[in-house]
Amino acid sequence: MNAIEFILAGMLAAATPFLLAALGELVVERAGVLNLGVEGLMAVGAVIAFIIVYHGGGHFLGFIAAGFASAALSLIFALIALGFRANQVATGLAIGILGQGLSALFGKTYESLTVKGLPKIAIPGLSDLPVVGGLFAQDIVVWLSLLATLAIWATFAFTKTGLVIRAVGENPKAAHAIGYPVIGVRVAAVAFGGMMAGFAGAYASVIYTPLWADGMIAGRGWIAIALVVFGTWLTGRIFLGACLFGAVSLMSLAAQATGLDLPSQLLSSLPYLVTILVLGIISADRRLLKLNGVASLGEPFER
Amino acid sequence: MILPTLVRRQRASLKATLLAPPLALAAAIILNLILYSIMGRDPVAVVYAMILEPFLSWSSFSEVLLKTGPLLLIAQGLAIGFRAKVFNIGAEGQFILGAIFASAIPIWFPEATGGWIWPAMLLLGAIGGALWASITAFWRVKLNANEILVSLMLSLVAAQLLYYLLLGPWKDPNGFNFPQSVMFQYDAMVPLLIDGTRVNVSLLIALALSLAAWVFMQKSFMGYKLQVGGLAPRAAGYAGFNEGWAIWLSLLIGGFAAGLAGAAEVAGPLGQLQRSISTGYGYAAIIVAYLGALHPLGIIVSSLVMAAIYIGGDNAMVSADLPIAAVRVFQGSLLLAYLVAVAFVRYRLEWPHAKAAEGSAP
Repeated sequence: MNAIEFILAGMLAAATPFLLAALGELVVERAGVLNLGVEGLMAVGAVIAFIIVYHGGGHFLGFIAAGFASAALSLIFALIALGFRANQVATGLAIGILGQGLSALFGKTYESLTVKGLPKIAIPGLSDLPVVGGLFAQDIVVWLSLLATLAIWATFAFTKTGLVIRAVGENPKAAHAIGYPVIGVRVAAVAFGGMMAGFAGAYASVIYTPLWADGMIAGRGWIAIALVVFGTWLTGRIFLGACLFGAVSLMSLAAQATGLDLPSQLLSSLPYLVTILVLGIISADRRLLKLNGVASLGEPFER
Repeated sequence: MILPTLVRRQRASLKATLLAPPLALAAAIILNLILYSIMGRDPVAVVYAMILEPFLSWSSFSEVLLKTGPLLLIAQGLAIGFRAKVFNIGAEGQFILGAIFASAIPIWFPEATGGWIWPAMLLLGAIGGALWASITAFWRVKLNANEILVSLMLSLVAAQLLYYLLLGPWKDPNGFNFPQSVMFQYDAMVPLLIDGTRVNVSLLIALALSLAAWVFMQKSFMGYKLQVGGLAPRAAGYAGFNEGWAIWLSLLIGGFAAGLAGAAEVAGPLGQLQRSISTGYGYAAIIVAYLGALHPLGIIVSSLVMAAIYIGGDNAMVSADLPIAAVRVFQGSLLLAYLVAVAFVRYRLEWPHAKAAEGSAP
């Protein structure tokens, strides 16, 4: 297998943790809330799923429990940032620190243990194609993530739910005036974002690299937040961005395999450096951000 | 549903401002003790090890003072930025770069002697931290990029840079392959402040800079401009206060202070560059800054509290078998509790049934 085939085959799986977390954060930010705790929410989801799968509960139950646990933690964020109108940046950071601490606490006795991942489901015919064939053999969660991407895109593009979420994020006062429960919509969005971050963490710990290690999320939650900016709050672009980061994280593996003599620390930094670079390029276009950005992002709502 | 609502106060409550930090600390202690009990630890033993022991002997209190130094420095720098609404959360990376820059002197000139070495290391470290922070400032001012994300990503890069140096060019050749540098010479060490302890002069520097931060933020026009920029960006714009200038200044001050703290750590208690030079000081300092109400004097108290939590956590790990991750859980819940408590500075709770009863009275 050459490097391109290797990257094509693994890109979607590597992208899935980024994609799931970023889709959740997209919904949160569209509702006007900035939750910076994604890294901690992912860590909690990862450890909960790992513990359940390790004890034979199965992947399905693991994902469900991870989604619930992270959603519960994100509701604490909602209580403090939306209920008590605290600074959303500080609240998100606190949830992130708390989540990472809790994950280390729960996972202490599971450090470096492994579980079995999930088998790949191949699309007959397509998966036998040369070069790109690997793209069409993925595990069930990858396929479901693609469906989730479509569903979220369709929700924002065609449904009233999507419209209400956007209204609450763009102009909460007007949304309130026409009778929409601004705080209720925002709490629901935060819980959804928490659940997606939990799924993202679960994918990282029980499927993509099926092992538990403290700090294994390794900045992926932060990159997911950056992806929402890269994608200028548009579902399709966020998907492309997640694929880019999936490819970048595989490139370091591919580079090592081809015997390129680069320090491994440089390769490990690659996703972070790419994030900084792309963030600069995208943000420099102020009009693009203004046009697609969310007007009331991070501001507390007061009647 | 009978839920109380938050009603904005006419003016911010001074009483709530002063009460918020101690109340938050008490709430965090209670919540965490419940957690430890669920984990099957003896809460009495944890209270003793975590809260009392750091203050019971001079030797452990001196360790609290030792940890106060870096937290105080970093938090003072960050708080200035936070007041200007510049969210530099990458102090961890700026701290690491400070440690790396400072270490360059003893690593490249191991034979050098003289009283100039440790001050030069501190200065070089501070410059290193400020340079690292200037990347974030450039990205924010020139490229309009979010400083939270850029500064955090740079912290992750800084950690990799540190590993690269310690596993490669700066590894101690006689260090049995451990990821650490050579031990520094005597003149590379910050002089001790109190004999018999590890507390050194950098604590005095941190206190002096706290005083400087107080004068800067409360008394100087520059500090005033920064605060107006944070509180009322539009008013600051009309008054001709330049936003880009405020961002540069905030980040450079934050990076300078964090870099200084990193330098003082390698030139102080560690005496070499190691993989574990920081135990999350850069992130803990964010909590210290908020818990001190972003006020230079408040931060002196809150950094002492946070340092005691670190030492208490170490104690509890040994004597009450508490995982060290418990410190992170405590830190996170402390900030959350503070954010709830501080809501009552600007708001008061109003219960709907009390109001309804008033309304129905004839």
